[in-house]
Amino acid sequence: MKQIPLHAATRTLQITILRHNPRDPASTPRLQTFKVEEADAMTLFIALSEIRERQDPSLQFDFVCRAGICGSCGMIINGRPGLACRTLTKDLPENITLAPLPAFELIGDLSVNTGKWMRGMSERLETWVHSNKLEDLNIDTMEQPMEPELAEQIYELDRCIECGCCVAACGTARMREDFVGAVGLNQITRFRLDPRDQRTDAEFYELVGDESGVFGCMTLLGCEDMCPKELPLATQIAFLRRRMACTG
Amino acid sequence: MRTIVTDVLIIGGGLAGQRAAIGAKRRGHDVVVLSLVPAKRSHSAAAQGGMQASLGNCLGAAGDNEDIHFADTVRGSDWGADQEVVRMFAHTAPKAIRELAAWGVPWNRVARGDREITVDGVKETISEPEAAHGLITSRNFGGTQKWRACYVSDGTGHAMLYAMSNQAIAANIPVHERMEALALIHADGRCHGAIVRNLMTGELSAYVARATCIATGGFGRIYRVSTNAVINEGMGAAIALETGVATLGNMEAIQFHPTGIFPAGILVTEGCRGDGGLLLDGNEHRFMPDYEPEKKELASRDVVSRRMEEHITAGHGAHTRFGEHLWLDIRLLGADHINNKLREVKEICKYFLGVDPVNDLIPVRPAQHYSMGGVRTDHRGESPQLRGLFAAGEAACWDMHGFNRLGGNSVAETVVAGMIVGDAMADFCDSADGSAVLSTALVAEFGTRERQRLAGISNSVGTESAFELMRLMQETMTTNVGIFRHGDRLEQAVRTLGELQRRARNIGLRSAAPGANPELVTAYRLQRMLKLAQCVAYGALQRTESRGAHFRADYPKRDDLNWMRRTLASWPQEDGEKPQLEYEALDVMRMELPPGWRGYGSRDYIEHPDTARREQQIASILGEIPGIDRHARQRALMPFRHLLPVHLRQDNARLGEDT
Repeated sequence: MKQIPLHAATRTLQITILRHNPRDPASTPRLQTFKVEEADAMTLFIALSEIRERQDPSLQFDFVCRAGICGSCGMIINGRPGLACRTLTKDLPENITLAPLPAFELIGDLSVNTGKWMRGMSERLETWVHSNKLEDLNIDTMEQPMEPELAEQIYELDRCIECGCCVAACGTARMREDFVGAVGLNQITRFRLDPRDQRTDAEFYELVGDESGVFGCMTLLGCEDMCPKELPLATQIAFLRRRMACTG
Repeated sequence: MRTIVTDVLIIGGGLAGQRAAIGAKRRGHDVVVLSLVPAKRSHSAAAQGGMQASLGNCLGAAGDNEDIHFADTVRGSDWGADQEVVRMFAHTAPKAIRELAAWGVPWNRVARGDREITVDGVKETISEPEAAHGLITSRNFGGTQKWRACYVSDGTGHAMLYAMSNQAIAANIPVHERMEALALIHADGRCHGAIVRNLMTGELSAYVARATCIATGGFGRIYRVSTNAVINEGMGAAIALETGVATLGNMEAIQFHPTGIFPAGILVTEGCRGDGGLLLDGNEHRFMPDYEPEKKELASRDVVSRRMEEHITAGHGAHTRFGEHLWLDIRLLGADHINNKLREVKEICKYFLGVDPVNDLIPVRPAQHYSMGGVRTDHRGESPQLRGLFAAGEAACWDMHGFNRLGGNSVAETVVAGMIVGDAMADFCDSADGSAVLSTALVAEFGTRERQRLAGISNSVGTESAFELMRLMQETMTTNVGIFRHGDRLEQAVRTLGELQRRARNIGLRSAAPGANPELVTAYRLQRMLKLAQCVAYGALQRTESRGAHFRADYPKRDDLNWMRRTLASWPQEDGEKPQLEYEALDVMRMELPPGWRGYGSRDYIEHPDTARREQQIASILGEIPGIDRHARQRALMPFRHLLPVHLRQDNARLGEDT
């Protein structure tokens, strides 16, 4: 009979968390270690929930879908940005260190304000279809056809979940607060590819044609290495840089 | 307390809320959206397999139209739905999808020529027509006669939510993130907004609005095993219930999705079976054709989930140390299909199960998935009891799903409802009703009440743990108010929930952390979730029939004679332990499609005396007007277009159909 692959659950995990509650004047950033009995198929979502329920109810973290699709739970897991909800403890050593994603405003402990950052990025880069056809859109008529392959290519770039791992893994983002990150540049390439968006390269250049945009990238490739959705970020940035260099 | 004034307040930043916001904003009203999380992280993003809309472009969808979508949805609902609302929905869904296409959703498209598909376990080659090339394609889903689920790989909800959110940003609609509505401000049957808590600082503020819309999704987290996101705790429905005035409809109608991965309960899409995947038992035998020869794996979700549990009970499950489950087999679809059209499924299997569905079976078992019930509204989305309170999407019961929702109809509903309710709120604001005078004393009164409630919990020296009580509630619901229900077990659940409500008044916090304090959040949400859970359990206990997803082992037949009625729950006594239930009759004589056999599942039901009368009447109406177009025939039976906003009333263009 078939069995789900199981891991012998005998370990006691030592989970060390970088803690700080900016709302509490008495709080200073500190490391705190919790011991958790590992269970079968345990994810960091399960482990952290257990710590909050049984050991420290004040522990702050963000989970929403707990299925790796919403991008809420980006954090630094043993030094690397990743989605905590789909990280199985069996794939980690006994000693696990968790820290909030850098480059984002800290809400508390492992919770950071990626939402505010991403909204700012969207507003600045105008990450929506720009088209004069939307004003008086007739939705009673047939949709505009699109080549099937093109639709799939757009989806490939549309899969970004704005988790912030690429920003946390980015050397430029750590030095320049105004850098739009791989997440922003990817969205530009996504809308540039989409024929429904009528913006020209000159207009895209206005948005990302400087060092806070595509020319800020140092090609360290952290973004692509750390992207949980395995988006081709480095290729997209290189491509965009060439187009923008031609435009500018 | 800070007060924010707006025309329209939308509670919930998913697809329904944001579409309603865009609609009201377009009509010139100020809108504020509140969201527990960044809007793009809403649970709408979790919709995987597709959105139902009768475009009829690809070969498997040829001949589809609103009439068939309507009939499938009514049969799916087991005749519990409001048929006028289903008509409004089926008519608007193609418009919704075409709007989203223009907004940038990369819908998968029809490719002309030959392609291989998997039907009933066998590969076939079909040839898509030239004329459909590049139009939006669709896949097969359960309980439908046509391939109607339009999709973006298996990240449909994600792509829709991002396009929608981006349009809301383009429209300059403010989304106040990490904000939770704790109470609706209301007086004399009129809603005036909400008292809201900031989930970063713990600060309370008042949002005063002319129209308020609840779009907070479902409440699956009252169950232990659920596909729902952890934020789906039903707080929108709960604060409506806590007004003591507004009613919740059909709360006992809870859907269990056949393919939650086992044991985590994470969803893998119905598209797996729609594309040709099979369900196998512990002996790797394909068992669904034994139970459901007509639709096999693609009967409606309620039927498939029951058959799966029945098969496990009969001793045919696969066994692991977590318990028993069945298998989903998509290996036959091939690597290419899985890597392109089911990539989220592949990722979920890889990360959570350590298996590759190209080569391995996926362990599955039904898990709580959807709340058909919610804030009872009329066809415009407004509460009949509380003027100025609207609801849209899963949080609402307007009621298009009755006792079972079809796969792909929920994301479609979110957008359609957003389109309709957004306009309804704008109409309301423009009307005399929309200009309300309210006293600052009323706002202060509600603010003070919420502050005192929170202080009551924070300062309590109680001994109960909020986390422990939450666990007990979820356990009770999964054990006693699940797929197979029985009077004894339901009574047990009602008793246990009552006891948990009493214990929940004695919660003591261990943490006094400044800011939002996650333990405090759990404590106050738990008290509200217990009320919702009690509406579900008590409603299920009282409903002595089986309809759609509500199955009573002690009353196994659908009983149209006694139960062609919608349950309405209210909570008039704040400290009461049970809801007050009333019932609203569904009028068979007004139905376009009178009750009958669904085409799958049980054939045995107790007829309503009006059914035969209505069938005769329909035959005579249609007999008098033969040979005319389908729209005129439909209109003669149950006119509905006048219920829609004017700009949504036109016919939908369709390949090969003259309009």
